Amino acid sequence: MVTKLPKVPVVVVGMGWAGGIVSAELTKAGINVVGLERGKDRSTADYTMGHDELRYQHRQELMQDLSKETITYRNTVSGKALPMRHYGTFIVGDGVGGAGSHWNGQTYRFLPYDFEIRSKTIERYGIEKIPAWMEGLNDWGITYDEMEPYYDTFEKMAGISGETVELWGKRTNPYPTPPLVKTPLMKEFEKAATSLGYKPFVIPAANLSESYTNPDGISRGACQYCAYCENFGCEYGAKGDPAVTVIPVAKQTGKLDLRTHSNVLELTKSGGKASGVIYVDMLTGEKFEQPADVVVVASYVFNNSRLLLNSGIGTPYDPKTGKGTIGKNYCYQVTAGGSQLFFEDREFNLYGGAGALGMEIAEYMGDNFDHSKVDFIHGAGIRSTQYGDRPIAVNRVPAGTPNWGAEFKEKSIKYANSNFPVKTQGASLPHKENYLDLDPEFKDEFGYPLLRMTYEYTDNDRAMGKYMSAITRKFAEEIGADIIDTNEEQGPFNVNKDSNTHNTGGVIMGTDPEKSALNTYLQMWEAENVFVLGASAFPHNSSFNPTGTLGALSYRAAEGIQKYLKEGGLLVKA
Amino acid sequence: MSEQEKKESVLDKRSSRRTFIKNSGLTVGGVVLGGALGSLLIKDDKSTTHNTVTQNHAKTPAANPNVALMFFTPSQYQVTQAAVDRIFPEDANGPGAKELNAAIYIDHQLAGPWGSNVKDYRLGAFYKAEENQGPQTKILRKDLFLAGLDSLNTYSNKQFKVDFKELEATQQDEVLLAFSEGKVELYGKVSSSQFFNLLRTLTIEGVYADPMYGGNNEMLGWSMRKYPGSRMQYVAEIQDEKFIELEPQSLNSHMGH
Repeated sequence: MVTKLPKVPVVVVGMGWAGGIVSAELTKAGINVVGLERGKDRSTADYTMGHDELRYQHRQELMQDLSKETITYRNTVSGKALPMRHYGTFIVGDGVGGAGSHWNGQTYRFLPYDFEIRSKTIERYGIEKIPAWMEGLNDWGITYDEMEPYYDTFEKMAGISGETVELWGKRTNPYPTPPLVKTPLMKEFEKAATSLGYKPFVIPAANLSESYTNPDGISRGACQYCAYCENFGCEYGAKGDPAVTVIPVAKQTGKLDLRTHSNVLELTKSGGKASGVIYVDMLTGEKFEQPADVVVVASYVFNNSRLLLNSGIGTPYDPKTGKGTIGKNYCYQVTAGGSQLFFEDREFNLYGGAGALGMEIAEYMGDNFDHSKVDFIHGAGIRSTQYGDRPIAVNRVPAGTPNWGAEFKEKSIKYANSNFPVKTQGASLPHKENYLDLDPEFKDEFGYPLLRMTYEYTDNDRAMGKYMSAITRKFAEEIGADIIDTNEEQGPFNVNKDSNTHNTGGVIMGTDPEKSALNTYLQMWEAENVFVLGASAFPHNSSFNPTGTLGALSYRAAEGIQKYLKEGGLLVKA
Repeated sequence: MSEQEKKESVLDKRSSRRTFIKNSGLTVGGVVLGGALGSLLIKDDKSTTHNTVTQNHAKTPAANPNVALMFFTPSQYQVTQAAVDRIFPEDANGPGAKELNAAIYIDHQLAGPWGSNVKDYRLGAFYKAEENQGPQTKILRKDLFLAGLDSLNTYSNKQFKVDFKELEATQQDEVLLAFSEGKVELYGKVSSSQFFNLLRTLTIEGVYADPMYGGNNEMLGWSMRKYPGSRMQYVAEIQDEKFIELEPQSLNSHMGH
């Protein structure tokens, strides 16, 4: 039995950054919003015992319970996908704040090149630079200059700490707070980068460098470098998190009806539009129908695609024909080519750190260097970070050391405070056979099909990884480590090997309804009252953590939703 | 307290703890004892009687009530102790996983929800997986671990005619290597490497997780690698060119804040 509730103007699915931003903006404008979140409510008080590596990182306290729902994975279109039965490569946040609670806080803008990647690549290198398998590579339909004000708004709301980087798009304002401190490890990177002729910068961070009051009047304290960011919530509120920024603002208006433990199963539809959602109370199993004028789908990347596919909204992407859009251009992040440095007689205070603490260079990002003689496009950031090395997770030993026994123990202790990496974070571009659809066999606990991921690293990724490995090697040699291990090859993707959670695409934006699911307000071409927010809207992933761009696009979507509530219709002409 | 003094106090504590461990007969003896309960109470030390155990316990400032079993039988516990001590052995840095109570940690973990895979996806059929798809076996962690312990003994008896815990350290390493390479029959189609990976993961967790979970005895796992545990801030330390060793603190230090 499903209890039908009274209709509301806007229902939001998922209360992470995207759902939180939209809820704050709409409620501030006087619009009533129902926020549905499948997990629990959270505040800083939840993290009094937050420095518990086992509970939060290795038992995934803040993550979605896979016993109820997971994804299935295969590496090629001809393979059989099998369920990801426990966490490995990526983690999926749960509860108020979502991934915005457990993230590290690295907050970037994408490059001007990213938003016009197809046009600019063809302009400089010709159409033949884009291989046939990458035909899904497209301009985003919006330029960096048009995105700039939304980035500015997001950065001011979250209080991003950073310094202006010459090789990135122009800023109208400096970062709202100065960059984080430079540690001895970061100074090593800086010295090497400078002597190699690069211009290093401190990574922009949502870990506040000083206490800050944002335009909504929310005050937060400075980061204490306690080293418990990724996988953890911040007990100080120093890390930008929806639960300490936009959601309290939305709650304060009295216009947000936040319903936790409310898991949306499907969107209901009528006459080419959505008419609301059906959700289940995860504690009691009771089902509800919530009708709404506008449905904002703002859950995680995977579930955004899955909800639309399970609801029959939008045309599913077919890798054979290239037709359809839902599930298209699933991209990830390429991190091949790093070098690991070990020192015999230097110790760093590696127990301290912050999720976004580090230095980087921009010379090999995007199209900041000439690609005419390399067989890839786009690029990577070269960086050294100091997140804080927690002892269960981080036991770096020189290559060839066994991973157990006397030698492992000796080396892992010897180098525990005497190592650091020079890493890469590279762009991931679409492959026509990397996509998301519904699994034909495996179901969630309610009987709905799981999302199936078909994904493998591409030739672009492998060539880029190899190229970047020479750069990180050069850095390592310049720094002068005693042992340097460089990873030159991008191996196959493995769903249970720890890497990162920068999943993007599936419900992408663009200018052409044949090639994209959304316009640049993240409004669905095929269902005008459905807005789909998140990194799922990225047509490709750049060499950056996705949150900054996700946040900026959410502000733009919030603007679009208000316009739609007044005027109706598609906000952009196809 | 100056940093140098702090450092010394850490070292003092470590060495006095080491002395206690040695005196209390916790180090490996490798002897067959009377009843299961007796062997558990008096560890492996054949010279220790029930009386001296009582005295030892009485001398301990705070006997650790966490050192008790909620999952293993005493003999399963002993095999686990022997195995974890080869994954993370005693050396010049300090105690091995056995003295750090990693086997107690493992007992407690397997008794709890994680041992029964309650947050894993367990619906649908279990097919044979490609290497990049992650394990697809239905067996629960707690059962996998017990099957692994059985198999350690069966294999040791086949190769060396004695139980795993009676083997020389180098023989134990040989056995564990064979397990890690998936060369040993475990249970049905379950690979011995799957058990080994679980053992390895649990051992490292038992060495380094907060002592609240039963391992990382007296935070010696942390102090060996100069990890300060669960402190609230490192604003000064992180900018210092010198390494600053801090005495570890556990989550218990945040109670009552």
